[in-house]
Parts: sequence; C-alpha cells; structure tokens
Amino acid sequence: MTNKHKTEWKAVAARVTGILVILTGVLLAAGMCTASPHDNSVPNIFKSESTPADWVLHLSAFVLSVTGFIFVIVFTLIVYCVVKFRRRKGDDGHEPPQVYGSNQMELAWTVIPILIVIVLFLATARVLHSVEDAPEPSTAVDITVIGHQYWWEYRYPKLGVVTANELHVPVSDPAHPTPTFLKLLSADTDHSFWVPQLAGKTDLIPNHPNEMWIDPHDAGLYIGQCAQYCGTQHAKMLLSVYVDNPEEFAAWVSAQRQPANQDEKEAAGRHVFETTACLNCHAVGGTNGTGRFGPDLTHLMSRHTLASGAAENTRENLRLWIENPDAIKPGSLMPAMKLSEADLDALVRYLQTLR
Amino acid sequence: MSPDVMAIQSADAAGRSWTEVLHEWVTTVDHKRLGVLYILYALFFLVIGGIEATIIRIQLMRPHNDFVSPQVFNRMFTMHGTTMIFFVAMPVLFGFANYLVPLMIGARDMAFPRLNAFSFWLTAFGGVLLYFSLLGGSGLYGAGNAPDVGWWAYAPLTSRAFSPGHSSDYWTIALLASGFGSIGTAINIIATIISMRCPGMKLSRMPLLAWLNLVMSGMVLLAITPLSAAQLMLLVDRYLGGHFFDTQAGGSASLWMHFFWIFGHPEVYILILPCFAFMSEIIPVFSRKPIFGYPVMVGASVCIAFVSMSVWAHHMFTVGMGSYANSFFTITTLAVGVPTGIKIFNWIGTIWGGKIDFKVPMLFSLGFLIQFLIAGLTGVMLGSAAFASQLSLSYFVVAHFHYVIVGGILFALFGAFYYWYPKITGRMLNESLGKLHFWLFLIGFHLTFDLMHIPGLLGMPRRIYTYEPGRGWETLNLLVTIGTFVQGIATLVFVANLVISYFKGAKAGNDPWDAWTLEWSTSSPPPAYNFASIPTVASRRPLWDLKHPEDPDSRYE
Repeated sequence: MTNKHKTEWKAVAARVTGILVILTGVLLAAGMCTASPHDNSVPNIFKSESTPADWVLHLSAFVLSVTGFIFVIVFTLIVYCVVKFRRRKGDDGHEPPQVYGSNQMELAWTVIPILIVIVLFLATARVLHSVEDAPEPSTAVDITVIGHQYWWEYRYPKLGVVTANELHVPVSDPAHPTPTFLKLLSADTDHSFWVPQLAGKTDLIPNHPNEMWIDPHDAGLYIGQCAQYCGTQHAKMLLSVYVDNPEEFAAWVSAQRQPANQDEKEAAGRHVFETTACLNCHAVGGTNGTGRFGPDLTHLMSRHTLASGAAENTRENLRLWIENPDAIKPGSLMPAMKLSEADLDALVRYLQTLR
Repeated sequence: MSPDVMAIQSADAAGRSWTEVLHEWVTTVDHKRLGVLYILYALFFLVIGGIEATIIRIQLMRPHNDFVSPQVFNRMFTMHGTTMIFFVAMPVLFGFANYLVPLMIGARDMAFPRLNAFSFWLTAFGGVLLYFSLLGGSGLYGAGNAPDVGWWAYAPLTSRAFSPGHSSDYWTIALLASGFGSIGTAINIIATIISMRCPGMKLSRMPLLAWLNLVMSGMVLLAITPLSAAQLMLLVDRYLGGHFFDTQAGGSASLWMHFFWIFGHPEVYILILPCFAFMSEIIPVFSRKPIFGYPVMVGASVCIAFVSMSVWAHHMFTVGMGSYANSFFTITTLAVGVPTGIKIFNWIGTIWGGKIDFKVPMLFSLGFLIQFLIAGLTGVMLGSAAFASQLSLSYFVVAHFHYVIVGGILFALFGAFYYWYPKITGRMLNESLGKLHFWLFLIGFHLTFDLMHIPGLLGMPRRIYTYEPGRGWETLNLLVTIGTFVQGIATLVFVANLVISYFKGAKAGNDPWDAWTLEWSTSSPPPAYNFASIPTVASRRPLWDLKHPEDPDSRYE
C-alpha cells in the first residue's frame, strides 16, 4: 500500500462486505445445527428421518457444496479485483489499457458452467426418479389426505379409519418396510403437505390427485404445516404426524375403529349435538351426525389439539372454540354456535366423552 | 402531482401558472418527461409497497403477534407483491428505458410519442385502480376489500366461491390495464431501436443498454400476453359462467399456474435485463475500460431471453407434474445459469486491469455483482427440483427472490439513479449522503435477507400471518424485522438526497463521469428533442473516439 489514508476506507469496504458474507455462511451453518438430533419439535430439512427426505438431503449436500465452491471462487475473484484494481492515490490520470475481450476466456467460462449444469441435472434427475416413481410395496399403509380450508382430513381406506389433523403412521423398519403412501386430494383450494423431516412437500390441488410417500425410521412426533397459501387461516393449518411403533399403531387403529362412546349420562349434550347445526358439518359415529365439511369427532378426545393444531385440546379451549372460534382462529369456517350456557356446557361434557 | 415534478418544470418554465405547467406535464408526449413521470410514479408506489412490507414485518416480529388481523396481513402481502412488481419495478425500468434509449441511440424521441403517453397513463390508471379496491372492493357482498389472493392469485382461490365481492376483480382489471400499457411501451421501444438509430449506429455498435432493452421488450410481448389472456379467462369464469379455472365445475387449477408462470418467470428476466443494462454502462465507466466481450454479452442476453421462456414450471415443482416434467424444467432452469454466469464473468473481466473509481454508482454496482451471484446460486438450489421440494413455498424462496429483486434489481436501480440523476436534473446527487445510503442499505439488506433464508430451512412456510413459538424462528424473524427498518431509514436518506440535491446539488455539466455514450454529449438536462444536429457514430464508444482522437475505438471495429 502506497498511501494508508487514501486506501483505508476502500480496504474497510472490501472487508466489511467480506465479513458480512462470511457471517451469512456461518449463520446459515449455525441455523442448520440449532436443533439437537432427536428433537423433532423443530422442523428442519437437514434432520431427515425418512427415506425420501434422506435422498433429498444427500442431493442438497452435493448441490450446496458445488454452489458453495462456485461462490468462494467468484467472490474471491471479485474481492481480488476490487482491491487490486482500485484507483490509487497519485494516479497519473491515464486510462488503463483498453481490453475488449478474450475469446478463450469467454469460451472457458461458458464450457465449465455447462459441465456443472449437466452434473447437477443428472444428480437431480436420479433423486427425482427415485422419490417420485417409487413402486408401492404390498405392505404399505394407504392414507387419503384431503386438504380443507383450514384443516386436514385423513382416511385409511384399508383400515376403515377416519380422523383429522393428527396423522398416525407406523414406523418403517428397513428389514420389514411398512412405508406410508399418501394420496393427496383437496376439497376446496390448493394446499401443500410439508413435514420437512419426512419428505419434501407435495401440493393438494383440487381435481388433480397427487401422491407421496414416507417411511419414518424412528417413532415420535413430527411437525410441519400447510405450505401453499389456501386462504385466511393458511397459517394455522398445522401438521402433526405421530409415528408409532407397530404395537402402538395397531392399538391406535383398533381404538379408532370403535364406534363412538355412548355415555347415557351425557344424553343431554348428545341431544344438543343432534338437534343443532353441528351435524351439518361434523360426524360422530353412531349418531345421525354424518357431516363432512368439518373434522370427524367420533374420537375427538384422542387428539391432542383442536382446530388443526391452533389450540391444545382442553376443556376450556373446547368450550371457547364452540362459543367463539374467532378467539382461537379468526376467519376459520367454524361458526360461533350461539348456544345457551347450559347447552354449551352439556355439549362440551358430551364431546369430552368421545375418546 | 408531486412537488418534484412541479419543480423540474418550473426551472424551464418560469413565469407560468401552475395550471399551465400541470397541463403541459399531463399532455406531454416527450420521452424524457414521460420517463420522469414513470420514475416518480414508481417512487411513489415504492414508498407504499415499503409501508406494506413494514406492516408484514412488524406482524412477524414475534410469534402470535396481533399487530394486524389475518385478513389484513393477507391483503398486505398480496398488495406488496403486486405493487412492487407491476407498479414499481416495471414502471421505473420503463422510465429509464424511455429516458435513455432515444438519447443513447442518437434519436430525438421515441418512435410513437403518443403511444408512449397512452401507455404511461394506462399503467398509471392500473395502479390507481388497484388501490381503489381499498374503497370499492367490498362490492355488494361486503366481504373483504383489497385483494387477498396472493400476487399469483392461484385458482381456485380467485373463484366467486372463495373470493366474493370485487377485490379480485380490481386485481384482475388493474393488471390487465397496466399490462396493455406495458405491451404498448414494449412495441415502442422495439420500434425506436429498430428504426430510429442515428447514422453509423449499427446494431453491433449499439450501447448494451439499448440491446438489453430491445431483448426485454421482446420478452414483454411474449410474456405479458398470456397473463392478459388468463386475466380475461378469469373474468369470464367470474362473470360469464366459464369454468377455465373453476375446479368445482371441473376446471383446472394448474392451468392458471401455467398461464401465470409463463408470464411470471420471464417477468423476472424482464426486470433483471434492464438492470444488467445499467451494470453494463456503469461498470465500464468506473473501471475506465470498455465492456469485456461485447458480442458475447449481447449473445448471452438473447440466450437468456430464449431459455427463460422455457423455465416457468420450476415454480410448480411441488404441484405433481411427474418426474419427467420436473427433470425437464430442472435442466432448462439450470441452463439459464450459463449465460447469466457469462455476464458476471464478463463484468469481472471489465473490472480486471481497470482503475476502479469508487463513486456511489460503482459501489451499488459491486453490491449488485456479489448479491446477484448469491441470488443466482440459491436459484440453482431451487432449480434442482428434488432440492426444491424442501425449499419451495418456504421463507428460503422469499429470501431468494428478494435477493434477486432487492439485492440485484434495486441495487442496480440505485446505481442507475446516482449515475443518470445528473443527466436528468443537471445536478449531482450528494456523494456523502450517497455513501451513507449505500452502507446503511447494504447492512439492512444483509440483516434482513441473509437471515431470512434460515427459517425456510427450519420449515417456515411463506404467507403465514403468525407462527408457533419454539420452532427456532423467533430470533431470526426479529432480526429480519430490524433489518427492514434499517433499509427503511436508508431509503429515506436516498429520498432526502434526491430532494436536497435537486435544489442544492453541484452543477453536473454535460459529462460529469467522463463517460462514452451519446447521452453525455448533450446538455444536462437535455433540451427538447435532445440533439441540435443528429450525431454520427463510428464505434461503440463515440465519446471515447472524440476524447482520444489518437486512439479511437473505431480503429478496431
């Protein structure tokens, strides 16, 4: 450096930019590592727990290293140019040599990127084919997922189970794989099923059935949420996937197949359910309520949350949800039921027997 | 009419009443005045769109925030996206094209001055109509006012069943109107460049700015028309009982997606090509070297235009198109990276061996170069369909395209403002305020958009008005919001600089940057009809030839 004063801020400028960009990289890396390995409460695309997500993760590691390498090369080149070719103090005022181009150089930086593109394409196409064209084994569990404004309907056609918002699937042991194949439908607008640790997302488009599959390696709760804007309450269309051990799953299925609990002590609450608008939208097995616009309530109390994950399934929340849904999920399609206090209490007591 | 417009006028029309001045501006067909109108109009909407962004960011500052209702939040992101793309980015770039193209090719005006004025007022009407929805959108049903369907307005959310009232109609008709305005301007730019170049200016001698605007205009014709067609089909659905996109009657939701994105993706290049144009003028002048590899730069631009017409469905990787279609759109998307990479390398080649003068336009250009590089690389990640199945529809995408639009397009635009403001107003923008603007904006930008990638990797989808605590998103979202405010302050510094320098700035003279293209050969601001006598050029850098008669470019061409 010929003159410290003049060049100082330029050097600082270059450094600050450099630091910012490096900081970005560090923060990105830190962000990927924040969640501990078995803490599934924080969704993270880099903590895959299922084969399709594993494959995508391997591909992404490859793509990230290629793009990272390109970034380092080009960024270094730019910084080098900026430092090296700055106008210096005491410049003679002459124009630098006028260079108009170089065919060899330009050919080089055309051909090399073409090769990189081909490699990235082949790597991607392979994973696409493996994930999207995987054949369904006979041991697979079939589930039909129907997206609604703003909740999830799950139907297990082979098992005769209908439920909502909390999906139960079995662990898939690599020795005896029992993957889960999801058929994705929509009852109204577009939605997207995204549980980052289990697979990439697939949209639920009306009139356009889609499929995806997962085979979770470990039991536990995996969370995600609707990823395609679907209307007012897109934000509170949360996804909970309970991955059960085979015994737990079998127990859950047999419990879900039971008809609704018929507790004669709560006949008053059941009467409210059967004689108000509830049954236009909700079904309870064994009653005359067979509506399908809203979640099936036959085993309501087997679920941990209400309103597609918007609130915990407690007595208070259940009462509030029936009385004033906007307090929990403004803009949801559940209407305020405007029941008398006595009816509301009876109804809540009845619903709480639906285990 | 803003005070700025009045002021510009009063300088050369002293002694006239303000109504006469207003009348002159409203009825003008002069390409420079229309250019200024476009730019001021866009700046006005930039502030509106910025306020909407701020509301979005305040709401997302912490989990379960209740700054605005979900309905208002959904309107805000719809209006923010629509405003920024259609009523900020497009008009400001058309404004610069209008102002600069005739000057740089040695013409006295655009080919069709009246069409030019008509197009501007149509676009202006579109913006006003969109915002009138805040008053008139409720219609008879009383449901909602401003559009809340997202700026892609995916079917079937726009059908009468899900979007009652008239808010979606305002969105549709506003874009239809401004789309016709864009088509008019594109035709005008093409006609001007093809037929109005001064003697000696062969296509191979045209400044890259003119080349890129020619390519951009060609893309506008191809890309806006399908959007306009889709808007008309949507209106048929909504009012004449059509079922193109009405899924409840057997229509197709993905048909709308294809229509929208065959507009939507080329649109990104429609916006970025004029910014490449700014870079290709600014970087050589402040490196004191000609553009490196002019023919390849032209070829790469045309190549980008062609390839980018076949990449639209990479916005639809999660829609279930099948592995073959997804593979096809992966290779086309990655292929766009090749000509784009050529451009970045050629700009580096231009800097290489130069004597870089770190004036504000060059600072913004260097910011552009690095940020556009990063945006391109995250674009490669999103272009890989399998990787995109995790990244798309998340905050990673939001961060990616803001890196393109703010880190790329807006930085290039700021550079263009500092570079051509002296030509347009006759006064220099203040250099110290400019540097303050640059550094503040750079810090705010990186704070906001670098960090914004991470919640996406942690499963945060876009377009959610609130989120659950405990998912690792809180701190990041708070920092992102703080960054937004830093950018807001930086933008205020910029606006202050525009106003203060207009009255107090140093006189610019004809050629403050010692540049080489024709606009610097005329006075600042240029007189009506630009050139007293039409210039004749013999090379790509006519002013270099003039300044260096001992070693003119024309000797080598």
